[in-house]
Amino acid sequence: MKRIDYLSVRAWTPGWLMLMAGSAVIIALAGAAVLFMEHQGHHVTGMTNQVVWGMPHVFAIFLIVAASGTLNVASIGSVFGREPYQPLGRLSALLAMALLAGGLGVLVLDLGRPDRLIVAMTHFNFKSIFAWNVILYSGFFAVVGVYLWTMLDWRMKRAYKPAALTAFVWRLVLTTGTGSIFGFLLARDAYNSAVMAPLFIAMSFAFGLALFILFLLGTATALERSLSLDLLRRMGKLLALFAAANLYFVALQHGTALYMADRGAIEAFILLNGGIYTILFWGGQVLLGGIVPMALLFRSQATRCNIRFASLMVVAGGLAQVYVILIGGQAFPLTLFPGMEASSGFMDGQVAAYAPTLAEILLGLGGCALALVITIVGISAFRILPAALGPVEASE
Amino acid sequence: MTQASSRRDLLKGAVLGAVAIAPGLTLIAPAAQARPAGSAASAANRWGLLIDTSKCDAGCTACVDACKTEMGLPALDRPATDAQYIRKVDVKDPKTGHQHSLPVMCQHCAKPPCVDVCPTGASMKRADGIVLVDRHICIGCRYCMMACPYKARSFAHEDQSNQKAHNPRGKGCVEGCTLCVHRIDAGGRPACVEACADTGRAAMIFGDLNDANSEISRRLSKQASSRIRADLGLDPAIRYQGI
Repeated sequence: MKRIDYLSVRAWTPGWLMLMAGSAVIIALAGAAVLFMEHQGHHVTGMTNQVVWGMPHVFAIFLIVAASGTLNVASIGSVFGREPYQPLGRLSALLAMALLAGGLGVLVLDLGRPDRLIVAMTHFNFKSIFAWNVILYSGFFAVVGVYLWTMLDWRMKRAYKPAALTAFVWRLVLTTGTGSIFGFLLARDAYNSAVMAPLFIAMSFAFGLALFILFLLGTATALERSLSLDLLRRMGKLLALFAAANLYFVALQHGTALYMADRGAIEAFILLNGGIYTILFWGGQVLLGGIVPMALLFRSQATRCNIRFASLMVVAGGLAQVYVILIGGQAFPLTLFPGMEASSGFMDGQVAAYAPTLAEILLGLGGCALALVITIVGISAFRILPAALGPVEASE
Repeated sequence: MTQASSRRDLLKGAVLGAVAIAPGLTLIAPAAQARPAGSAASAANRWGLLIDTSKCDAGCTACVDACKTEMGLPALDRPATDAQYIRKVDVKDPKTGHQHSLPVMCQHCAKPPCVDVCPTGASMKRADGIVLVDRHICIGCRYCMMACPYKARSFAHEDQSNQKAHNPRGKGCVEGCTLCVHRIDAGGRPACVEACADTGRAAMIFGDLNDANSEISRRLSKQASSRIRADLGLDPAIRYQGI
């Protein structure tokens, strides 16, 4: 195997400072948004008793799902032994932990009582998938942390393979847990399906790899380190495959629901007449997040620019997908009386309105900025990034 | 000597006190069924309601109004975020045009999904079947609201004022119908049931589903009743007739 040199990124350069300052400003704004929402109460957000999880959850779920997917790059190199991916293992593990930290930050700060986080860490109802997720998310940091350690420290080499395998299994279980948050909701027509778990795993594969490619391209450009087009194309093809897997599970999710007579109304809402949710489903999730990237990336001559654009589209489509699942699923009214029309002063039988407020969006963006800061500090403090990833082909 | 006189004083005081308090006690609640202070709720009871929708008028909101007063739920004129422990739902059969109205609140399920999903155990079911939220350990994650098939829970979206001692409310916690547990423990019946009997058409009966001799059990053994979303298999303690 070729020797790989890793170099930490030089900190305190003007570019480094600008990026950190920009992220710090976003985090500060997110902090102010949290103080505002917590002080006033959630009535100043778009969230209501009907749409109880809003825009912060969209960001949080996206980041958490992407986190586990980002770790795949490392797993492909270690568990599945693909050599071209091996130099990227360290970055993959770091980015996975950073994204999870960003997502969890958003999730915790959107709680009604974030000050009671310690309660969530000390009181466990083991029948709750949420409680299991607390353990799975905390454990992810430990498992991936050890995995990263085995990659950074040659004295830990013996533990490398077991750590890699543990991290791979852990991430699959973790995303199963995230998907099951929805899968186990028996009364919601939009959820309540075992397919939610594999769907979320497919989503994580796509979102995580797309974010990884974008970060790699960004650092290669900013640090003027070489990044071979061959490797990029290889990752691009894999991303197209993951986008296809995501579409497959989406088709399965809706196909199954369409077969059930009592799910006809929710399916019509998402697929046909749900307004913003229908537009986001077909235009965002399916077209931009699925078909466009597949069309760009399955070509054998995909350019660097194609790959960057396709990855961006997977991220945008992914956010749309989480929005449709989360908000669309809640906006559709609960069915208390099947086959009947219901109405009340508590919005029974009505599609709930939801519009995210600036504070909610700022909180979500703060989570993304936090993930970026953690990653940049990580690549500055440790030798995470390879000095070079092959020659840049002239054929571009 | 001192001891004897102090015992006599004590007894005298106790008798005088009892005479003074007794009329008040009988006015407040019939003490016969009250749960003694300090004793745990018993699985021998399963408190529930039977609601006859044929007696429930569409325009009548006596139960809803009584609940708001009893539990200290001020209307802040924000229907999307204001707390509602009980609501009137109008149901119409689109095929036939038949309409009826009924109150919907926490159904106090035997297998409550809100309790299953709660990460901290704040959502809990008492031994006597009453489903409650422990506001001390509720972290405000709202997963119970996602899981409840009846939309029976509300989130305290803002600071609360004029709270009732028996229903402490906190911004950022989830809350819902307690079946007026404070009244039940004192041997009374829920405020909605009382209001329905006083100003409505007595469409609601409260009682112990585990007691074969209770009025509710006798009615249920003789007449057909149903549960909302019975298909989910949650075994709610709120039964309906006419839906």
